[in-house]
Amino acid sequence: MSELIKKTAAELAGALAAGETTSVELTRAHLDRIAAVDGTAESGVHAFLHVDAEGALAQAAASDARRAAGQSRHLLDGVPIAVKDVLATQGLPTTCGSKILEGWVPPYDATVVRRIKEAGLPILGKTNMDEFAMGSSTEHSAYGPTRNPWDQTRIPGGSGGGSAAAVAAFEAPLALGTDTGGSIRQPGAVTGTVGVKPTYGGVSRYGLVALANSLDQVGPVTRTVLDSALLHELIAGHDPLDSTSVDAPVGSYVAAAREGAKGDLAGLRVGVIKELAGDGWQPGVMERFAETVDLLKELGAEVTEVSCPTFVHAMATYYLILPAECSSNLAKFDAMRYGLRVVPEGDPSAEAVMKATRDAGFGDEVKRRIMIGTYALSSGYYDAYYGQAQKVRTLISRDFAAAFEGVDVLVSPTSPTTAFPLGEKLDDPLAMYLQDLATIPANLAGVPGISVPAGLAAEDGLPVGFQVLAPALADDRLYRVGAAVEAALTQRWGGPILGEAPTLEGPR
Amino acid sequence: MSETLVPFDEVVERFDPALGLEIHVELNTNTKMFCGCPAVFGGEPNTQVCPTCLGLPGAMPVVNGKAVESAIRIGLALNCEIAEWCRFARKNYFYPDMPKNFQTSQYDEPIAFEGYLDVTVPDENGGEGETFRIEIERAHMEEDTGKSSHVGGSDGRIHGADYSLVDYNRAGIPLIEIVTKPILGTGDKAPLVAKAYVSAIRDLIVALGVSDARMDQGSIRADVNLSLAPKGSGVLGTRSETKNVNSLRSVERAVRFEMSRHAGILDAGGSVLQETRHFHENDGTTSSGREKSDAEDYRYFPEPDLVPVAPSREWVEELRATLPENPAVKRTRLQGEWGFTDLEMRDTVGAGALDLVEQTVAAGAAPQAARKWWLTELARRANDAGVELTELAVTPAQVAAVQALVDAKTINDKLARQVFDGLLAGEGTPEEIIAARGLAVVSDEGALSAAVDKAIAENPDIADKIRDGKLAAAGALIGAVMKEMRGQADAGRVRELVLEKLS
Ligand SMILES: [Zn+2]
Repeated sequence: MSELIKKTAAELAGALAAGETTSVELTRAHLDRIAAVDGTAESGVHAFLHVDAEGALAQAAASDARRAAGQSRHLLDGVPIAVKDVLATQGLPTTCGSKILEGWVPPYDATVVRRIKEAGLPILGKTNMDEFAMGSSTEHSAYGPTRNPWDQTRIPGGSGGGSAAAVAAFEAPLALGTDTGGSIRQPGAVTGTVGVKPTYGGVSRYGLVALANSLDQVGPVTRTVLDSALLHELIAGHDPLDSTSVDAPVGSYVAAAREGAKGDLAGLRVGVIKELAGDGWQPGVMERFAETVDLLKELGAEVTEVSCPTFVHAMATYYLILPAECSSNLAKFDAMRYGLRVVPEGDPSAEAVMKATRDAGFGDEVKRRIMIGTYALSSGYYDAYYGQAQKVRTLISRDFAAAFEGVDVLVSPTSPTTAFPLGEKLDDPLAMYLQDLATIPANLAGVPGISVPAGLAAEDGLPVGFQVLAPALADDRLYRVGAAVEAALTQRWGGPILGEAPTLEGPR
Repeated sequence: MSETLVPFDEVVERFDPALGLEIHVELNTNTKMFCGCPAVFGGEPNTQVCPTCLGLPGAMPVVNGKAVESAIRIGLALNCEIAEWCRFARKNYFYPDMPKNFQTSQYDEPIAFEGYLDVTVPDENGGEGETFRIEIERAHMEEDTGKSSHVGGSDGRIHGADYSLVDYNRAGIPLIEIVTKPILGTGDKAPLVAKAYVSAIRDLIVALGVSDARMDQGSIRADVNLSLAPKGSGVLGTRSETKNVNSLRSVERAVRFEMSRHAGILDAGGSVLQETRHFHENDGTTSSGREKSDAEDYRYFPEPDLVPVAPSREWVEELRATLPENPAVKRTRLQGEWGFTDLEMRDTVGAGALDLVEQTVAAGAAPQAARKWWLTELARRANDAGVELTELAVTPAQVAAVQALVDAKTINDKLARQVFDGLLAGEGTPEEIIAARGLAVVSDEGALSAAVDKAIAENPDIADKIRDGKLAAAGALIGAVMKEMRGQADAGRVRELVLEKLS
């Protein structure tokens, strides 16, 4: 195994700048790693749905040529990246983990993809995910699950299990994810990696195949807080193609991460969310969380307990708004213009083709949410369901606003449990939904959140995530606090947490 | 299914009609409602498309500011209130010509609402017309769908077709939908009120310059809602919705037909089906449209990919200042200035010549002369060429110049027609054409006098009649003289000479 793949993106950028390596060399190293450990739907990590070795190497060669000519475009120019398969990539398949989009190759790039291409980051491939980002385990991918590098009998989280596992398994130093209710942060927590959901509108959604438009946000998936900050600054900023993108200057995330890594949080006011704890929360998770809160105090922060009473309704609210929006978003998959087309026997009408295609092309979880959403928007039920959910959503935002009057950041465990065994919750959607209990409120309110590794749970030795939430547009606070926690814990552990993960062998 | 149609006169004796009109206006913005694709009519199918208007996964809409401006100007011209804050909504239904299987429209938060438009129905006997105030419920923004064509089978309908094609060039073109409140109390005038309203909307749209306003090309499309209730009952009956009625005459006919059809159903004790219907231009009837269910639940909800539209009051007032004179008010003003009768005015407007006459008068011609040229000679030529009057290669300034030459007796009306021939053939200015074609009237009194003498000598019987005081017979002699002079004489002077010599 090449030592290059163990380096962080910031280190790789430094090595490239110092002429110690080339983009082709390190892109090839990551492609080799993918070939060695990623395997297939049946075995191996299976973080990737599509690997673009040829394209990545060509982009790497172009990056090296630019560097030789003194025309590098960005600090990360030449550092390879993996992209969640929910983002449109021109010339590369984009399936969203669904059979209904099998073979679809977008004729355009998502804005975030365009930005990483323009900055010169070679795209290694597209990562696995729950179908249309619906799930917390990546088991709902139509192309087979991703397996957790810490224990391949367990889930890597979801929906962005592919991006998190790719980074955790050293198949990529950087990845892009999307977070609608925790799809970046919860996989980060259960794979011992870092994941950031930016402020809603902070990063363009153009080219992100929407799950729930009012909740979705693209964000970085990395092994360090600094790497997330570097990637976040690259992809953030106003996009005229996304009306909901914020027209404000991008914050100084890298500077905040470097400042935080110094370990001084004196004067920082931290609120522990009272409602995000209690029965059903794994003891090992709560232990690591309490320990990390104590760490914040040691670093100088003032910690108080904060109550956000409406958060207990966040789950119910989320599971009305999300299905409503997605039931409409997914209507476009009708076999008329692209993707799967199933033609029934005989001389079927367009309507019959639509029905047969959607029946064959969507998985059960997708159908479940389409039905719930269709119902919630129906005449006579709208006010009771969708309308009511929007009101609760407003109350949740108010709880955040009230809390942030007294504290600078809020904290909680990212996820109630560590990675659970594959298949354990597949037949119990409600148990699966509970995985996102702590991450959903941030999406409903549009505020940013980060998950950083907080250690391993005593009972199973699996990673636990520590979540930090900040007010809208104050994403820099996530980096300051996240980097402080990361620096102190890494020192305590004597190295990065992924050093504790088992060494991966190639698939048997 | 055979239907019993009640004669119109009987319908209005026993029933009160309630009208409702929904008019879709296709805006003439450069680009589509939510993307940068050109919004022009025509073009090879599926060439004016992009990820957004094709509904590709991941693509997002952005509101066209020019379309919002047009919507506000239409709203203001309809005396509407303009929303301080409004949103788009998704109207969800599956149809192959809908790229996203939802239409981005506005639902309970339209950009303009609570307005009115006064329309005048002309009196059949030339008397004062009757004015009706049409209450406008709302005017909202939305996007057009793609255009399906069904190939094979009968009359282009989807049922029985071999296959269907969809052109998405039209998908995403900005539309403004103008919806009236129920229009009551129109009685036997209902068909005329409907027609007058659509006509008034068209005039308004033309004056605002926000649309091509071509009903024949579908840039203005009317849906006609109609219901009947027993006379004096004060209730609203069940309505039918006749879709895409594409000419003013068809609007009138569709209302008339639906009134007769509804009455037939109600007389037989039946109940009218709330449904969509199609209008047939060939025989003026409607038939049930089975393609879409009227009772569909569109599951509207606010479009989460768009931010609210919040036009500032300053901007609204700026736009109000750009509004043209209300067409109806302008018409009344011009009629007074020109001294036209109601009939003359109606014909002028009906021929689409109002602006042309106005410009011709502005260039110096007398109103009656301007009207005469545009409504007779030039209308005939436009008709022959199959073009609109405005598309004819003769300008109001040229018409005024020709009339000035007639007034100066350089040419007469008959020669003027030849000057128009020359203008249409691009032979230069009226003066150049007169010179080149040798069209000036003969002012040589000697030649004229000789021609008159010759005509009297050749037509002694007619000459005698005139001598006996039957002056009407003079026309025949004048005609003979004009023929002799090959038309190049001043007919008035010829008449004077004839009467002089035979007195
Ligand atoms: Zn377009």
